[in-house]
Amino acid sequence: MTTIGAPVSTGTEKAAGGWITADGRTIGEIMMEMRNITLRFGGVTAIEDISFDIRKGEIRAIIGPNGAGKSSMLNVISGFYVPQEGEILFHGAQRPPMRPYEVARQGIARTFQNIALFKGMSTLDNIMTGRMTLMRTGMASQALWWGKAQAEESAHREAVEKIIDFLEIQTIRKTPVGRLPYGLQKRVELGRALAAEPKLLLLDEPMAGMNVEEKEDMSRFILDVNDEFGTTIALIEHDMGVVMDLSDRVVVMDYGKKIGDGTPDEVRNNKEVIDAYLGVAHD
Amino acid sequence: MPDQFLYAIEVMINGLMTGVLYSLVALGFVLIFKASGVFNYAQGVLALFAALTLVGLQRGQVPFAHLINAVFGTEVDHFPWTLPSLIAIILTIGVMILLAVLVERLVLKHLVNQEPIILFMATIGLAYFLEGLGDIMWGSDIKMLDVGLPQGASRWVESNTKWLGGEGFYGFFIDKLDMVATLVAAILVISLTLFSQYSKQGRALRAVADDHQAALSVGISLRFIWVLVWSIAGFVALVAGIMWGTKSGVQFSLSLIALKALPVLMLGGFTSIPGAIVGGLIIGVGEKLFEFTIGGMIGGATENWFAYVLALLFLVFRPQGLFGEKIIERV
Repeated sequence: MTTIGAPVSTGTEKAAGGWITADGRTIGEIMMEMRNITLRFGGVTAIEDISFDIRKGEIRAIIGPNGAGKSSMLNVISGFYVPQEGEILFHGAQRPPMRPYEVARQGIARTFQNIALFKGMSTLDNIMTGRMTLMRTGMASQALWWGKAQAEESAHREAVEKIIDFLEIQTIRKTPVGRLPYGLQKRVELGRALAAEPKLLLLDEPMAGMNVEEKEDMSRFILDVNDEFGTTIALIEHDMGVVMDLSDRVVVMDYGKKIGDGTPDEVRNNKEVIDAYLGVAHD
Repeated sequence: MPDQFLYAIEVMINGLMTGVLYSLVALGFVLIFKASGVFNYAQGVLALFAALTLVGLQRGQVPFAHLINAVFGTEVDHFPWTLPSLIAIILTIGVMILLAVLVERLVLKHLVNQEPIILFMATIGLAYFLEGLGDIMWGSDIKMLDVGLPQGASRWVESNTKWLGGEGFYGFFIDKLDMVATLVAAILVISLTLFSQYSKQGRALRAVADDHQAALSVGISLRFIWVLVWSIAGFVALVAGIMWGTKSGVQFSLSLIALKALPVLMLGGFTSIPGAIVGGLIIGVGEKLFEFTIGGMIGGATENWFAYVLALLFLVFRPQGLFGEKIIERV
């Protein structure tokens, strides 16, 4: 979602209705808001009283050292974990506790840290399953393969081909994904999430374990998705450099608590964040 | 053509027909194994239960009659009506779907993310439970099942193949029921394959078989898929139950045919629908031909063990079966 014409303001000046970034993208109203989320596993507190929001059209990063609770946070958003305390607002309305497939049907797609693909299925079929939430035809006509079902299938197929072109994976269209190298599997997983035409895309360490070249490719895809489709993205990343280049705003977590929130520049100069990453000198 | 050779062909054809029945049972196993990674020990009992229910409904038997009589001192036995076959079959399908829902609610739901061996044990429990339930609901006597399928040797095949041999040859002896079973199995396999390859639910089913987490993340409800797959398995069990029941009466030894499906699966691979069919045919033909050619020399009754020995050989040389997914371990 790009705006043409002179930007209302430059930089990342905050406003209730959103703002326009230096590179001309529009950041809209608040799409998802986490309020005082607390998540415990038995006696261990993975997330403690965290609040932040995700705005329409932005790339929002969640960073922090190992075990900070980043993945847990993403799992809370996507419904895999249900927090003990706090509330989640989606498009301004409070979201009741939901199962992961119900969250997916609301237009929230995700990828996983340790790649969760359907290994026995081809790249094409994997991305096709991503459109599950958009398929409308009833079971009876699906089973009998008549009329609308056939037309619908080819429409979905067309959309999937566009994603395949976009991610430059035409050559592995028919390959079972279990045989693909790691970097390509990550790309297919991104494709499957994109196929759902999500309102919010959650990426759990999209660049973990990649070499420099693969990281650059993935960064480019993430920026393009955001720019071309206007998809809101929330991502978790270890690599500070990558995060600072990609994201509009950053949440920093440490030991389950939020220790910083703001633009990359604000976060970079935050003393607590520097301490968390570099360690505090004790004298 | 020499008569001996023609007899061998006849034995082979009959083996193929028996094989089809093995395949039908094996098919039920494959469906559930593919979708949930569970080896469903109860598949054979499912076929028995379906056949019992079908006969019971058809004859208007009162379910739990013995129990009711024992508790209330009444003498109920049969309702004053009998049902036409088609209606009884439709009602039985309904019962099998209900059973699928109950299995999901009462068993599977509570065992999410458990080891496959735990789920396997649960299906053993389910098998004994269903066997007992079938007994208490419909009684344990052997029942004849007749849903109007043609039976007996086909005169047409016999008279049209007589010319192949000499004086002593009377044409091929082929049971009409076996021919129907073959046709039904073929239709079932084709439609199931199309369903799993091209429909939304079929794709969801394969997705669930592959990775639960990923399936959830694209909006698939695991519980719905489990009910769906157990319903389909129940339907396949009903078809198998009708065929076996018509052939040899509905009796509790029907649940033992499940054991014959095991070597079929080892041959065909646990995850392949065509594999179940081909495996069944090979076992069917193999055991009949082996009995015909070598059986006489070593004292006969080889049909009891031939399938298992063949399966053992497969386990040694090709553990994934003929059509199974190749086992690749990435290190």
